[in-house]
Amino acid sequence: MKSPWKFLGLLVGAFVFLFPFYYMLVGSLQAEPDPSVGGAFPSPGNLTGHNYAEINAAINLGRSLLNSGIFTGGVILGTLVFGVLAGYALARLQFRGRGAVFNLVLLVQVVPFQLLTIPLYVMIVRSYGLADSYLGMILPFAINSTAVFVFRQYFLQLPQELFDAARIDGAGELAILWRVAIPLVKPALLTGVLLTFIGPWNEFLWPFLITKQQDLQPLAVSLSNYLTTVSARAANPFGAVLAGACVLAAPAVALFVIFQRRFISSSLESGVKG
Amino acid sequence: MSKRTGVLGKVLGKQPIGSLFVTPYVVFLAAVFAYPLGFAVYMSFHDYFFTAPGAIVERPFVGFENYATMLSDPAVRRSFVNVGIFLLINVPLTVVLSLLLAYALNGAVRWRGFFRVSYYVPYVTASVAVVGVWLFLFNSNGLVNSVLGPLAPDPSWLVNSNLAMPTVAIYVTWKQLGFFILLYLAALQNVSKDLYEAASMDGAGRIKSFWNVTVPGVRPATTLVVLLATVTGANLFTEPYLLTGGGGPDGASASPVLIMYQRGIEQGNPDIGAAIGVLLVVGVLILALVERRFVGREN
Repeated sequence: MKSPWKFLGLLVGAFVFLFPFYYMLVGSLQAEPDPSVGGAFPSPGNLTGHNYAEINAAINLGRSLLNSGIFTGGVILGTLVFGVLAGYALARLQFRGRGAVFNLVLLVQVVPFQLLTIPLYVMIVRSYGLADSYLGMILPFAINSTAVFVFRQYFLQLPQELFDAARIDGAGELAILWRVAIPLVKPALLTGVLLTFIGPWNEFLWPFLITKQQDLQPLAVSLSNYLTTVSARAANPFGAVLAGACVLAAPAVALFVIFQRRFISSSLESGVKG
Repeated sequence: MSKRTGVLGKVLGKQPIGSLFVTPYVVFLAAVFAYPLGFAVYMSFHDYFFTAPGAIVERPFVGFENYATMLSDPAVRRSFVNVGIFLLINVPLTVVLSLLLAYALNGAVRWRGFFRVSYYVPYVTASVAVVGVWLFLFNSNGLVNSVLGPLAPDPSWLVNSNLAMPTVAIYVTWKQLGFFILLYLAALQNVSKDLYEAASMDGAGRIKSFWNVTVPGVRPATTLVVLLATVTGANLFTEPYLLTGGGGPDGASASPVLIMYQRGIEQGNPDIGAAIGVLLVVGVLILALVERRFVGREN
């Protein structure tokens, strides 16, 4: 359609969506915070990398990033291994209880995680003593029902003849999954991984609850602690906060921009059409 | 294995190894979903408190006492009103803006990829990160107020008890809109082109055909958007915790999950916290049923 106001609307929208990110970057590089309109345009004299040094001194960016990485990596690994197994079985194997398990997959997505927060906290922190550990952080997210559902949709799209042929050749199910099914849905699995990445990388409440030790906190948690406690004492607190925000935002945004076509195509549509 | 038929095949299915494949998932659901769910309900009806691991103590059944205590707490009642205000702003705004933007994007030929990326970027970014910018933009001498000049509210956005919750609601709408735009984009693919042609044959203008073809055509997606926005909205925690310094001013932006965290974990009353959680979920389920009734009525 050729209506110019539609294009204009989209432009205004894009500005509203992107401006805070631009401002985040500019603010993180300013020596003196400048909240006036002019402050949105960086002046060379006011630019510095000092805010990054300051936030790094306050919360040890490297260590926090490593923690975020381990947390996210653990969640992705669990999601992939167990999610692919379950998704494949639900799509391609006929076994007793398949319908019941599939109904569980759908049911689980309706109950909000927050209801489970208090009992999970009691179980994981108080009963199992997993506070301040990577395992305790990863455990509640180790298998993702949405991912199981999405993987199932991918495997469903493969032609049945492939599986029949492999079975006639005498291949075991694990071998069929590994040699036939996974190679065919590899690009789609990457989408699954990318979508799973966003969750733990940005997750705040759970790691916030169970990590009190600073050297085990993911970046989102240490940054929020800095935001609520230390920032009042820093010379340019907003600069330091924005510098930390840039470090936290960069990996997710970069991955998304690089792989944006994959995010958008198959997975969501298969999810919507269910 | 492939040739398993007969009685055994009937009982176990053709590929019984499938049950082995789903075992980790089912065990996980039992341990991290079903058990805590039951545990939450149990806690909410008992006098439950934190003890040293392994200590054996009485947890007497107290009926609805935790619920009564929780409901007589003005901060809890306030938090439920707050989340109501939040949903009243967030849900309609989300539906209208994401449908309009998806509609415009669907018709756009130029810069499609750029627009999609820009709308989706806030969604993929951690709330903790973008909250920092919003604090900077919306504090009393921030950029927004310096643009507004004399129109700037006093006290400013996030410390104003009438504006704090609406500001949080607008922040969350902005943050999540990209995801809902994508849902609508997928749904728009399914609206038949013939219907638009028929509408223009009948002399319908652009607005009329949007209203009579697009809106009903994406109704299933609208149901989904409304439900998802409600569920995520009810889970609100990070944004009021960070944007308004723990639900200020004076509890005006405290959400039920925030209060649940304060009562349950900070103040050591997990039974009260669990009761808030149960009430919240029951409330969301009722709301979801009502919304389904109204939004999804033609399906």
